[in-house]
Amino acid sequence: MMDIYVNGKTRSIEENTTIEQLIERLHLAHERIAVEHNRSILEAAQFFNVVLKAGDTLEIVRFVGGG
Amino acid sequence: MENLMIAGRTFQSRLMVGTGKYSSFSQMKDALDASGAEIVTVAVRRVNLDEREESLLAYINLDKYVLLPNTAGCRTAEEAVRTARLARAAGLSNWVKLEVIPDDGTLLPDPVATVEAAEMLVKEGFVVLPYTSDDHHVARRLLDVGCATIMPFGSAIGTGQGLPNPERLKRIIDMVAGRVPVVIDAGIGVPSDASLAMELGADAVLINTAIAKSANPVKMAKAMALGVEAGHLAYLSGRIPRTEVASPSSPEIGLVGSTS
Repeated sequence: MMDIYVNGKTRSIEENTTIEQLIERLHLAHERIAVEHNRSILEAAQFFNVVLKAGDTLEIVRFVGGG
Repeated sequence: MENLMIAGRTFQSRLMVGTGKYSSFSQMKDALDASGAEIVTVAVRRVNLDEREESLLAYINLDKYVLLPNTAGCRTAEEAVRTARLARAAGLSNWVKLEVIPDDGTLLPDPVATVEAAEMLVKEGFVVLPYTSDDHHVARRLLDVGCATIMPFGSAIGTGQGLPNPERLKRIIDMVAGRVPVVIDAGIGVPSDASLAMELGADAVLINTAIAKSANPVKMAKAMALGVEAGHLAYLSGRIPRTEVASPSSPEIGLVGSTS
């Protein structure tokens, strides 16, 4: 296991997890989301080939109500 | 009546609405329908990973509405650009309602940071709709850097104070002179405010709080749509000049019992 930072919180995940796998584990595979990995924004098509490393930082966002 | 055109897209409705502050998503959906709006704003926030939350987008028909993500909550140009890029990466829209607001107390936009962020985002291919004050020269700068609309406030966000300075808005509308739409965003409280904005020659208005926090958001959404339409028709019709002297509307001759 290793620690990464997701949305400002530490999260322990298995090594060699891809972003696509993490998104599935977080039950977000069918949500319209955007992902920033170590401050660079990923296209959805890149999710499957980015393998997370210890200490990586992710921001996962979605749309909410706003004006 | 000619349609509203923004960045090459045409719209029948001149009312844009926000999706915040409703008591439920289903109430929001009904209000959106009643408003007739075609452009709806949304915010970008971290997914809550501790508990599953209902999806806003489940209540917004994307065949019917153009999504306008905002950068609300961003205090610097850098934060706003980052948020806009994330919004675009979600894959639904390259439109962004740019807001750079350094403090919560006033919710007044930072003019310098807004212009900086707008310029960067336009260069990156975004369709930028910037929230700005009613300052003439800031509006001109935003126009110069290639924004798709200019969106000056009527009054401070969420206050419902209407348009206390209509002549400042009129000056911006005259300066922009139809090059891009001018959208009055924020401060509208009642349909007469929306109508006044349109009577001044604004191309559209954007309303959230006044609909969402009214006692009956669905009815108020319809009322705002009517206010916008009334004001726009009045603008197109050309108002009479204000005069000092009264003039009767009925003929002055042929009065019953007259001797002449």
